[in-house]
Amino acid sequence: MNKLIVSPSPHDENYVKTHTIMLQVIMALMPALGVAIYIFGPRVLPLTAVCVGSCIFFEYVCRKLMKRDNTIGDMSAVVTGVILAMNLPVTLPYWMAVIGSFVAIVIVKQLFGGIGQNFANPAITARIVLMVSFPSAMTNWVAPFWYRTADAVSCATPIGLSGTTDEARLIDLFHGKCGGCLGETCALALLLGGLYLAARKIISLAAPLSFIGSLFLLSALCNDSFYYGLYEILAGGVFLGAFFMATDYATTPITQKGKIVFGLGCGIITFIIRHFGSYPEGVSFSILLMNVLTPYIEELTRNKPFGAKEVQKNEG
Amino acid sequence: MAENKTPLVKELTKGILKENPTLVMLLGMCPTLAVTTQAMNGIGMGLVTTFVLLGSNIVISALRKVIPDKVRIPAFIVIIASFVTLIGFLLEGFVPSLYDSLGIYLTLITVNCIIFGRAEMFASKNGIVASACDAIGMGLGFTMALFLMGSIREIIGSGKWMGLEIPVLSNNPMLLFIMPAGGFFTLGMIIAAVNKLTNKKPPQELGCSGCPHAESCGKAGDCQ
Repeated sequence: MNKLIVSPSPHDENYVKTHTIMLQVIMALMPALGVAIYIFGPRVLPLTAVCVGSCIFFEYVCRKLMKRDNTIGDMSAVVTGVILAMNLPVTLPYWMAVIGSFVAIVIVKQLFGGIGQNFANPAITARIVLMVSFPSAMTNWVAPFWYRTADAVSCATPIGLSGTTDEARLIDLFHGKCGGCLGETCALALLLGGLYLAARKIISLAAPLSFIGSLFLLSALCNDSFYYGLYEILAGGVFLGAFFMATDYATTPITQKGKIVFGLGCGIITFIIRHFGSYPEGVSFSILLMNVLTPYIEELTRNKPFGAKEVQKNEG
Repeated sequence: MAENKTPLVKELTKGILKENPTLVMLLGMCPTLAVTTQAMNGIGMGLVTTFVLLGSNIVISALRKVIPDKVRIPAFIVIIASFVTLIGFLLEGFVPSLYDSLGIYLTLITVNCIIFGRAEMFASKNGIVASACDAIGMGLGFTMALFLMGSIREIIGSGKWMGLEIPVLSNNPMLLFIMPAGGFFTLGMIIAAVNKLTNKKPPQELGCSGCPHAESCGKAGDCQ
């Protein structure tokens, strides 16, 4: 009889810790990182190591200086480092990557209170700071497999040379054989990672799907071409942003409705920036802008408790 | 430390750190963020504002019993605008480069809240000498804050300082710092440093009155 234990709810507890989630995210990023090493050569590895190492270092020093308990163990700094590295071109000098890590960890994350307290995605903000500060170094794209030839061949990103939308080109884009940041080129690997996370229930597909879907629809309708829509979502950092940055827990809405609104907003802003803005790529800016709007989205998409009465507004 | 000084010295020094108009009272943000892309501009803007502040504080203090309370704001504007016009013509004639780089922000000194704030809070209640000391202190504090911001932004953002190239930094300046966003970054960092220096603690009790989510938040006051 003593197996019948009477206890208050919750009855079904889940012992998922932050570091297990972060480890899953790192696992999901591995295919894209592997493809990046294959396409862009061995320099990918030290660049990623510099990003991850400096992120952990800044996290440690920051927590130490602020006299707070240390949070390196939760692996979130590692995830930030890897995602930041994936947002950089392979030719970037190492010290710029360190500046990016500093912005991500110290300014965006720790000054606002550490993990879970930051209002913007650290990696995306760091990328934007680097992009705005060092525009030439951050757009120094090299052609795929450049390390096999004698000289580095610079090449435009697919976003920079839109117009060629035949099927072979689309398949190249899907496999990642194009210029760009480390981790953003291979849509296939990113899709694998994203689906893995969704299967493990780490992320919800609401935001990625509405992000990619709205961008695809807008681009296809505006140019009256199915291929063009595909081209727009395969080129640039859409898959990386949609699966790994528009699904961040701290900086995106909690509710399902909110996630869809978030994704729609990202898609629309990306489309607007790509077509009417002066920057060729708008994924990072769109995610940052929607991060800022997240509290308001949550306010408007708040779930109504079942059977709850309307809250009286004049109580205070 | 202020006890053994005469009040006048206190009026003079309070503006430099303790009641610094920009970094502690957060007044005059518009010129602070807009013109501090170079250290030289910061000094220029600071000195011009100091001059206007000195003149307006003295005149307003002298006329404080003549100006009717109901029309004091228009009266202050007329007095401040006269000094701004004066310095505007002087700069245009003698230092045209500074006049060009300050641009619209020179005429906007007329509605600078530091000058208004000192006129309203100090000069209209105190004597001429005290007001002059207050103006010089506040002006110096403003100038120093702008110079500091301008230096940081110029060194990091364009790899120069007062127009002189700095060898290593000038190869890869961090352009963000001479953009508006960099201005906010720099200002936030300096304010944090000043808070640390003056040991100012953030308010412990936040309460629901200042919270933007208080209306929709069901748990009144439980969030702390």
